[in-house]
Amino acid sequence: MARYVVDVMPRREILDPQGKAVLGALPRLGFEGVVDVRQGKRFEIEVDGEATDDRLADVRRMAETLLANPVIESFTVTADEPPVSPEPAGDITADGDDA
Amino acid sequence: MRVGVVTFPGSLDDADAARAVRLAGGDAVALWHADADLRGVDAVVLPGGFSYGDYLRCGAISRFAPVMGEVVAAAGRGMPVLGICNGFQILCESRLLPGALIRNDHRTFICRDQRVRIENTRTPWTSTYAAGAEITVVIKNGEGGFVADAPTLERLEGEGRVVARYLDLNPNGSLHDVAGITNDRGNVVGLMPHPEHAVESLTGAGTDGLGFFAGLAALGAVPAR
Repeated sequence: MARYVVDVMPRREILDPQGKAVLGALPRLGFEGVVDVRQGKRFEIEVDGEATDDRLADVRRMAETLLANPVIESFTVTADEPPVSPEPAGDITADGDDA
Repeated sequence: MRVGVVTFPGSLDDADAARAVRLAGGDAVALWHADADLRGVDAVVLPGGFSYGDYLRCGAISRFAPVMGEVVAAAGRGMPVLGICNGFQILCESRLLPGALIRNDHRTFICRDQRVRIENTRTPWTSTYAAGAEITVVIKNGEGGFVADAPTLERLEGEGRVVARYLDLNPNGSLHDVAGITNDRGNVVGLMPHPEHAVESLTGAGTDGLGFFAGLAALGAVPAR
């Protein structure tokens, strides 16, 4: 199993209303000094077989075709280690964790 | 004139669009998103509402619906295509129109009557309006902010491809107050406000929207295949 991560971000010159909403909320919660927030999307894609250059190219095409709209978004694709065990919940309990 | 109206999973305004077509003297033909078949229509309307849950981005998944392959091919042959609201988003995602539609700058859904000016009367969808006509239709969207890079906006303005422009108040942060645009050939139009909700005074904001559907009858039929 190979795993790839596609990170999609709104382009710098494009207004990001969702990021602006988060930016507006942070000072209300007492977090000071935050000057900007941009909100994007992260896709974790698992595919059969080994991570290869061809697979990476496939995932890149997925990003260009569907996951990102190049008119308003940029993206990066990286190969990632496959998950070996459920990730620890950390300090914050994750409600949606099905592990 | 046979005008197809596509129903996607989540379409809201397909029935109103079909009614507008009939009121304007055309024959409305129901088209289904999952059928790669335009049923021999002469024009297509992609209606407003939602589609495929609008997951990922509005129109991003609908763009790959089986019917859209046919719509894109027919548009390339010159068939008139009108996308309203979600339909406009689908046309942009399909690359039939430039730019994209993002969340309203004020981050709230808007629903109200909206004045717009018709600035291009050369498209099959706007030919019945006088140039510069100021009409009142309905606007209702959460993600209606039209954006494009500066060269694209310059080209749209320079080529007279801004079909409709918001008056009074920009409802969603659209650049250049763009309410609707057309492709370089002039047969594909995307429009964020809803003319199909302004075709009968009993139920809408007057009848100013009827003109979008009334011009088709004067056109020769464009073969669907």
